[in-house]
Amino acid sequence: MNATELANQAQATAQRALELAAQARAAAEAVAPVAAAAEPFLYLLTIFLLACFVGYHVVWNVTPALHSPLMGVTNAISSVIVVGAILAAGTADGAAARIFGFIAVTLASVNIFGGFMVTRRMLAMFKKKGS
Amino acid sequence: MGATLSTLSYLVASVLFILALRGLSHPETSRRGNTFGMIGMGIAILATLFHHGMDLGGIVLVIAGLAIGGTVGTVVARRIQMTALPQLVAAFHSLVGMAAVFVAAAAFYAPESFGIGTHGHIHGQSLVEMSLGLAIGAITFSGSVIAFAKLAGRMSGAPITFGGQHWLNLGLGLLLLVLIISFVATGNAALFWMIALLSFALGFLLIIPIGGADMPVVVSMLNSYSGWAAAGIGFTIGNLLLIITGALVGASGAILSYIMCKGMNRSIINVLLGGFGSESGAAAAGGGDADRPPVKAGSPEDAAFMMKNAQKIIVVPGYGMAVAQAQQVLREMGDLLKKEGVDIKYAIHPVAGRMPGHMNVLLAEANVPYDEVFELEEINPEFADADVAFVIGANDVTNPAAKTDKSSAIYGMPILDVERAKTVFFIKRGMASGYAGVENELFFRPNTMMLFGDAKKVTQEIVQALQR
Repeated sequence: MNATELANQAQATAQRALELAAQARAAAEAVAPVAAAAEPFLYLLTIFLLACFVGYHVVWNVTPALHSPLMGVTNAISSVIVVGAILAAGTADGAAARIFGFIAVTLASVNIFGGFMVTRRMLAMFKKKGS
Repeated sequence: MGATLSTLSYLVASVLFILALRGLSHPETSRRGNTFGMIGMGIAILATLFHHGMDLGGIVLVIAGLAIGGTVGTVVARRIQMTALPQLVAAFHSLVGMAAVFVAAAAFYAPESFGIGTHGHIHGQSLVEMSLGLAIGAITFSGSVIAFAKLAGRMSGAPITFGGQHWLNLGLGLLLLVLIISFVATGNAALFWMIALLSFALGFLLIIPIGGADMPVVVSMLNSYSGWAAAGIGFTIGNLLLIITGALVGASGAILSYIMCKGMNRSIINVLLGGFGSESGAAAAGGGDADRPPVKAGSPEDAAFMMKNAQKIIVVPGYGMAVAQAQQVLREMGDLLKKEGVDIKYAIHPVAGRMPGHMNVLLAEANVPYDEVFELEEINPEFADADVAFVIGANDVTNPAAKTDKSSAIYGMPILDVERAKTVFFIKRGMASGYAGVENELFFRPNTMMLFGDAKKVTQEIVQALQR
């Protein structure tokens, strides 16, 4: 392969790259209005997916001996749904939504207090030899 | 409180929740992790209470709910016996599911408060998210109630199956899909409640065919569902903390279900379709094969004598130990043997007990140090140089047929290699088969000695013999 051939190939590749870039730009422009409309959802979805990965990696690191406490903790923190319940009970218009909110706050609180407390009890029992 | 400040508080709470899970990588750091979780929850609740638009009546309502729920939760968590842990966790899952249903309902009746539209005119996308949160929450609720009833012995642990069951579930699933689509199209209140009712029914029907010993998978799966329900509600009301936490919990439950399934060498589909273990009665009846070698039975005194003279003993506890409440006396036995200079270790199979890690908690409660307790992969190579394997309340997880007999229902399941120990003591009430309905080959091995009787009583007799 001589130098001219190589230069020709390089030029062709550069040309192709330019075309692709132009295509990509056109595609991006076409999608922009859709993306703008879906943006809040995409933003939430991004965070959701990243949180799934974080959860995946953190949970594989949990020692099998502590799988029961893991369930206790995840149980307690999944009652973070109480946040939605508090908003309903405290800010909603209409008695129905407030009552639903109140019931949800009560149910989730059982879980929050119960979940953390029972996990604490479990973890307090795990002792090393001689301690 | 400003929107930025509350978003920041939610971010801090999310990080604290991740640290709470991270802490569980080791018992030493786990207690601090749990405290992080509590702080995170406290921050989340406080930040929400200072949300703009909160009125006094609302704050009173919230504090009343927190006080009632908190009192009930605390009392229950303090009183519960550790053997009853699986049913407690199932009950707690049901509460998360129900809370999700009520939050979805509140968002449906007062969409303005969550910024998702006006009453009767909720954004289509929010309706999708709402119906998903609602359906998953409702399935989590009724499924967990059944899991609770089976675990607590309020209903039989045997699988409940009937003809066309899976077709019925499939049909109801499709119907649910149709309801959700029409709900999203119309935003009709009647459809909202029909989705709730159908999902309750579906959760109930999905769990009844699953047998008692498959409950570790079910409990883990419902744990996962409760997370997805929280995430679904998080999407509905556009709350990051709910989304992040829901994803963490959902991932955690999914991983635990996977680990449990792998521990039984069964696919999640196979577990969910249920019916496993229903044939155990028939298999047990055919147990008295004439061409089998005779079973050797021993007395607790024999076992005590042999164990006193052993150098290394590996104890294999199973659910039967929990049922008989034998963990305390088992630890006493271990203490006495340790005084004789015997090396004692405990081997835990991934699916021992009725929830992941259940045996570890029961042993910890009985003051067995956690560094004497080992997982399957760690301990299996050690059976070959153990003098005694002491099997108490476990069965299928020790059956060598899982390694050799391709026709066996448990073929391919990872098992504890107890048969490699010089002597195997096997405490059992009678000769009945285990959950899988498979006869345990181990009983007929020349190095196995059966100790017939209740796990607690037999171990007590061994302790008495050791004390003499």
